[in-house]
Amino acid sequence: MLNEFARNIRATTLKMLKHRTFGHLGGSMSIVETLAVLYGKQMNIDPKRPKKTSRDYFVLSKGHAGPALYATLAIKGYFDRALLKTLNDNGTTLPSHCDMHLTPGIDMTTGSLGQGFSAAVGMALGLKLKGKSNRVYVLVGDGELNEGQCYEAMMFAAHKGLDNLIVLIDDNKLQLDGPRTKISNTLSFMDVFKAFNFHVSHVDGHDTKAIDDAITHAKTLKHKPTAIVLDTVKGKGVPRFENQTSNHHMRFSEDDQRYLEHIIQTLKKVPV
Amino acid sequence: MSEKDLRTIYTETMASLMARDESIVLLEADLASAITTHQMSERYQERIINCGIQEANMIGSAAGLSVVGLKPYVHSFAPFVTRRAYDQVFLSIGYAKQNVVIIGSDGGVSAEHNGGTHMPFEDIALMRAIPNSTVLEMSDAVMFKDILTQSTMFNGLTYIRIKRKAMRAIYREGTTFKIGTGKVLKEGHDAVIVATGIMLEEALNAAEICAEQGYSVAVIDMFSIKPLDHDLLKRYAKLTGHVITAENHNLVGGLHAAVCESLAGEKDIVIDGIGVDEAFGQVGLTPYLKAVYHLTAQDIANKILT
Repeated sequence: MLNEFARNIRATTLKMLKHRTFGHLGGSMSIVETLAVLYGKQMNIDPKRPKKTSRDYFVLSKGHAGPALYATLAIKGYFDRALLKTLNDNGTTLPSHCDMHLTPGIDMTTGSLGQGFSAAVGMALGLKLKGKSNRVYVLVGDGELNEGQCYEAMMFAAHKGLDNLIVLIDDNKLQLDGPRTKISNTLSFMDVFKAFNFHVSHVDGHDTKAIDDAITHAKTLKHKPTAIVLDTVKGKGVPRFENQTSNHHMRFSEDDQRYLEHIIQTLKKVPV
Repeated sequence: MSEKDLRTIYTETMASLMARDESIVLLEADLASAITTHQMSERYQERIINCGIQEANMIGSAAGLSVVGLKPYVHSFAPFVTRRAYDQVFLSIGYAKQNVVIIGSDGGVSAEHNGGTHMPFEDIALMRAIPNSTVLEMSDAVMFKDILTQSTMFNGLTYIRIKRKAMRAIYREGTTFKIGTGKVLKEGHDAVIVATGIMLEEALNAAEICAEQGYSVAVIDMFSIKPLDHDLLKRYAKLTGHVITAENHNLVGGLHAAVCESLAGEKDIVIDGIGVDEAFGQVGLTPYLKAVYHLTAQDIANKILT
């Protein structure tokens, strides 16, 4: 079921991007399975009451992957799917980067890298102070972990023992200008988060069961926040664009659009 | 009249507000002892949150605390909660429409011996440029206590610039203040000095100097720099024909700029500005620095007398 949801998210996201003829393809494709697990199973949510205070919170700190989250929210019924065609239109409620005041289901405004991480830490701390049991999930990019603010957030979250915070790292190995190891080597995220006193695990970020198991396990852990490093492929599911440095933000030629349509149709045909 | 340290006012007032309102949390970046909130850290172990020396994350965390319904008050020295963490203030609080009060202490020459690195002349300009922000500079202890008491009901981003130590008492105990409304401290019809913060005492002294020369000079405390009291400003500008702004801040983007913007298009009004002009900070005591940056009563009076 989670795989079917993931295929649906991937196809729907590609349809949005194809319709718009440009957008953040690479980083949207690499988080699809994670979104499927979060919104398909792990998070306590109510799409009809997106502001319900007992919900789990999700912060897409790598806010440029908004299209994948919009697809997920639309499929879950947070808003009408017809809205997806308005991605980045003048006056749209679906901007390229997430805005909590425009889109139902978006829990934090993000886009300037590193900031969503801190906001998520603040939310987790606030929920603890209020004696609530909600969890906060934050998805950060591997490139985003160039930002110094992330390390402030890690230090602070671990110091406060925020075991209601689960940090998901989309380790797709590429940032806008190239491989992260060549631009600004962020080393092993497992080692880094462990050094900051997080519970850590490492999974195939395109294996819904592995992600699901890792989150289920994280929920049992106490006294420290958890970091789950997701081994992912930037552009996953779109073979022509996978692992391409140029896939961060793309403009699609007519040929690209025909290719995307082919991928979308193929995703729809895969048997459940 | 109160000549208490403003940091004492902060700690005492917040302690009493926190006792009534469980949603209030205070955030510090390793300067709790500088503002004295460390004195109540035992009483409010969880709600006085020392983030360590990490302003960007402190601002971002404050935004997150607001998202889940708490009322965060963030303090650090003025340059660190404005200039250093500007993108975080702008986006995570301003653009994301979160309710956060930021206390910036020792703006301008009040930073004294901390010198150029700690002496922001641009914090007000930066905060003013954020859409829908409220920007206030405190005139004395009485005002700060009243504004803090009101602030639990403020929405959006509020920036309050204070001096940590005692300021000359301007107001009687119990005086109340309204955001967006200036206070006329002295009437006059030849010129009007519009001032904030530690420049109020210079403004009042300048009015005395001018009075000795036979000039009648009004003084307005424009503590609410944004929103600005346009009506009051316009009335005194028309009455006197000569407005002198006086601020412990860069002439770019602060009170002078706000007043010029407000009066743009008005006929037959001269506007002069007393403020820091193309300069960085440096170490020194306030009287020395006021002289260096031409922020004295005589500097103000010269604009009227010459």
